[in-house]
Amino acid sequence: MDLQGKHLIAPLDLTVDEMEGLFALAKNIIASPEDFSEICKGKLLATLFYEPSTRTRLSFEAAMLRLGGQVIGFSEPMSSSVSKGESIADTIRTVACYADIAVMRHPKEGSALVAARKSGIPVINAGDGGHFHPTQTLTDLLTIKLEKGGFDGITIGMCGDLKFGRTVHSLICALARYSGVKFILISPEELRVPEYILDEMKDYDEVRDLSEALPKLDVLYMTRVQQERFFNEEDYIRLKDSYILNAAKLKKAKDGLMVLHPLPRVKEISTDVDDDPRAFYFKQMKNGMHIRMALLAALLGKVGM
Amino acid sequence: MEINSISNGIVIDHLQAGSGMKVLDYLDIDTGLGSVALIMNVPSRKYDRKDIIKLENYENVDVNVLGLIDHNATVIYIQNCKIVKKIKLTLPEKVTNVLRCKNPRCITSQEDTIPHVFHLSDSTGKYKCDYCDNIIKGHVENLKK
Repeated sequence: MDLQGKHLIAPLDLTVDEMEGLFALAKNIIASPEDFSEICKGKLLATLFYEPSTRTRLSFEAAMLRLGGQVIGFSEPMSSSVSKGESIADTIRTVACYADIAVMRHPKEGSALVAARKSGIPVINAGDGGHFHPTQTLTDLLTIKLEKGGFDGITIGMCGDLKFGRTVHSLICALARYSGVKFILISPEELRVPEYILDEMKDYDEVRDLSEALPKLDVLYMTRVQQERFFNEEDYIRLKDSYILNAAKLKKAKDGLMVLHPLPRVKEISTDVDDDPRAFYFKQMKNGMHIRMALLAALLGKVGM
Repeated sequence: MEINSISNGIVIDHLQAGSGMKVLDYLDIDTGLGSVALIMNVPSRKYDRKDIIKLENYENVDVNVLGLIDHNATVIYIQNCKIVKKIKLTLPEKVTNVLRCKNPRCITSQEDTIPHVFHLSDSTGKYKCDYCDNIIKGHVENLKK
């Protein structure tokens, strides 16, 4: 399997075999990081962040530096020609002249696809509005795989903003390809999963009550209600505290539950959950860097898979 | 009203009354190649009223989009005063700059040089935006122009 030169825009751009290859590579990187510390020497990653980011941008930058490569880019669009009205197509054409691979986050849905169609270098979608975030999905799946060994037959609850949650959409699409996966979708009516994502799932329930669903779950994927996705402030205020997971609620859950969150969180997970052994959201962050190391190395053709 | 028949060319018949102008617009015909007649609101045995487009001396017109705008229409090819072919319209698999994505979060709402591209999503005539995956009905009300 060869991922060299490919783009990663949507979760289904990678086959199950390709994802499994990346997980295996990430495990090798975790086990022996020194073996990979020079493999991207001489290669340049461009980070194009039109929207704020802490974990995704820093983990991509850390990943490239830990592979021996270097990083250029912007984290604030107003400091680039974007502020002068430059199109995505012209920006990516420019970046492709200087860098070997690009990672892009943009508030509009489909922006990464527009870039990929005009780019001569691989483009990685680091979040396009409320649409997809495929590298967060790789992070989530690696975290589950390291703990549970696989995905077949798991019951996963997706909770919170399922309408605009790009991490939710990507994770559902990728996980739905494994056998026996059951989804329990926990959201207010206004933040239900969009139709094009519902179409991907074979086995799912839509519910409104987190406490009721909790005892059935092997994995709980909590998400933030994202203020930046609402055009109407009133709607955001009404829905923002729909679901809050705390230590008391967690008493009803299985011992083997994994609580995941793409972060940042606001109030949806109380800090009294942080020290519970079922809280995996901090481990998830570190896995994010390792899987992005694997992805960068693979797209740059620096590893055989 | 008397409308002459054509000897060579294409007739698009049984268009929904009132839609002829829009169809002509989407067919994007080079009107310098021959005579073009748009006949509106004529009596029809099948539909009560209909529009007709006659394209004299035209051979190749991309009627793909017509399946989306008015799939009940009939396309008839005429040579030497004889009907040589009739086309049954189907929903096109892909349409570019025909449907408009109405998702305000889609990149097409920000950059107006990006073509609006949709693929047929299912047999009921739903189309999915290539960029944001928003699903809309392939219907006249969602046309771009």
